[in-house]
Amino acid sequence: MGMTITEKILAARAGQEKVVPGDLINADVDIALGNDITAPIAIRQFRESGAEKVFDKDRVILVPDHFVPNKDIASAMQAKELRDFAKEQELTWFFDAGEMGVEHSLLPEKGLVLPGDLVIGADSHTCTYGGLGAFSTGIGSTDLAAAMIRGKVWLKVPESIRFVYKGTLSPWVEGKDLILYTIGDIGVDGALYMAMEFTGPVIEQMGMAGRLTMANMAIEAGGKNGIIAPDAETESYVSPRAVRPYKNYRSDEDAVYAKVIEYDVSNIEAQVAFPHLPENTRGISEVGEIIIDQAVIGSCTNGRIEDMRSAAAVLKGKKAAKGVRLIIIPSTPCVYNTALKEGLFEIFTQAGAIISPPTCGPCLGGYMGILAKGERAVATTNRNFVGRMGHPESEVYLSNPAVAAASAVLGKIGSPDEL
Amino acid sequence: MKISGNIWKFGDDVDTDLIIPARYLNTSDPAELAKHCMEDADPAFAGKVGKGDIIVGGKNFGCGSSREHAPIAIKAAGVSCVIAKSFARIFYRNAFNMGLPILECGDTDRLETGGSLTVDFDTGEIVRKESGETFSTRPIPPFMQELVKSGGLMKHIQKNLKI
Repeated sequence: MGMTITEKILAARAGQEKVVPGDLINADVDIALGNDITAPIAIRQFRESGAEKVFDKDRVILVPDHFVPNKDIASAMQAKELRDFAKEQELTWFFDAGEMGVEHSLLPEKGLVLPGDLVIGADSHTCTYGGLGAFSTGIGSTDLAAAMIRGKVWLKVPESIRFVYKGTLSPWVEGKDLILYTIGDIGVDGALYMAMEFTGPVIEQMGMAGRLTMANMAIEAGGKNGIIAPDAETESYVSPRAVRPYKNYRSDEDAVYAKVIEYDVSNIEAQVAFPHLPENTRGISEVGEIIIDQAVIGSCTNGRIEDMRSAAAVLKGKKAAKGVRLIIIPSTPCVYNTALKEGLFEIFTQAGAIISPPTCGPCLGGYMGILAKGERAVATTNRNFVGRMGHPESEVYLSNPAVAAASAVLGKIGSPDEL
Repeated sequence: MKISGNIWKFGDDVDTDLIIPARYLNTSDPAELAKHCMEDADPAFAGKVGKGDIIVGGKNFGCGSSREHAPIAIKAAGVSCVIAKSFARIFYRNAFNMGLPILECGDTDRLETGGSLTVDFDTGEIVRKESGETFSTRPIPPFMQELVKSGGLMKHIQKNLKI
């Protein structure tokens, strides 16, 4: 009986030849990650434990991306805790404002997370790095504190669901739509505690941006991790950036899956997730008349350069509808600079957009685009829970960047084809 | 270990933004977080909940973010235990790591706000006080109860290191 890619990485990191779902392992951590919301608790626990040094200053990464640039005094105090700790511990990879980007866009871009890695992060969207062929999963601050001290984490080996995507993508349909469609199909707990392995010819032809987007939202189906086997596409992305050696794993032909689910993507149109769960998906043609007050393009899900280009292709020569606030957030300084060089900012500003520095900002209702009571936003983010982007009586609709851009111009949720 | 308290019932897929909205995550002070516990599901909750009370949910309780502020807020609000049909995985781990006991019980549809329960962690027996009706759950193993008694994983480790 063979192993899945998830099982192979976990076995390797636990120093075992083989693991099967249900096994409890104590595994070595390649990267332990925290942000300005979760790391302060971990840092306090680290100090209270009596520990003096992190297990490896190259492998504990802190990114103050949620409320930085500091949104208020309390946030400033939290960010300062990270800054002070990073200095004291001489962390190699601390990204302060200016170098900081949305963590799950930044780490792959910097070559800090790599195929075959075991990554844990005190942020639920840590599962993003599965797009590179890593095992990566979100944990809480306590588990982060323990990992910072010992470089280890205990994990239960998850069962895997294999998703197979076949067929031909329609125009304006991308990774975001496939993952929203999948969550709509299996539900927000459809992969609870499980690994979601994305496979098939459509994934093989998909670029890294789409793959990272798909793995990013595995948590929205309750998944422990999302994962895509590395291939030539991964190699061309990773090899110029990798800061250390890495290893590619693939699932065996005879690996065992709890389920195999096949989709013909030819029948899938651009998706919109209605409030207040990511599983409330509809095809763009079935959305109806949803007037919007705001459109947000950014986040760890869709703030990469490919997403900026997709939005710009729709916005070129157009203007956001009167009454719609269009907020565009390139997710890292590199994305920001590339968008600037490519002339995308001119397209955005002429469309009436506000361009924000890299931050998680409005995605979690932090700042930089909070909704008032009764307001509606379309967003390329990952969650549309009650109050997620502001007032508990506001609404968030999730979509891909092209649909969000088109919606900003239309003043209501719609497809680029309607422009 | 036995606890008892009044039931506060919520539905399926109670997410971490409902448990503690991100607008309050510029602090991790338990008392401050407790003031806003469950605020977007029931703005009056923090004022109503009593010490030892029990939150009851449907499926997938605690889905969403990895914020440990969620179990911290619930515990600091005075809640002694959460019972739900199922829990999201990060929340499950965070709850025990913070010393908040949580129990899976398939029968939560029969439980409503207004009643009260006694829960025995050793036997996994839940009893509705008013009717004597029983509900079953899996017992919490002794080492996990120790985590709860110590006040969470890190405190548990510190306590044991001193011995």
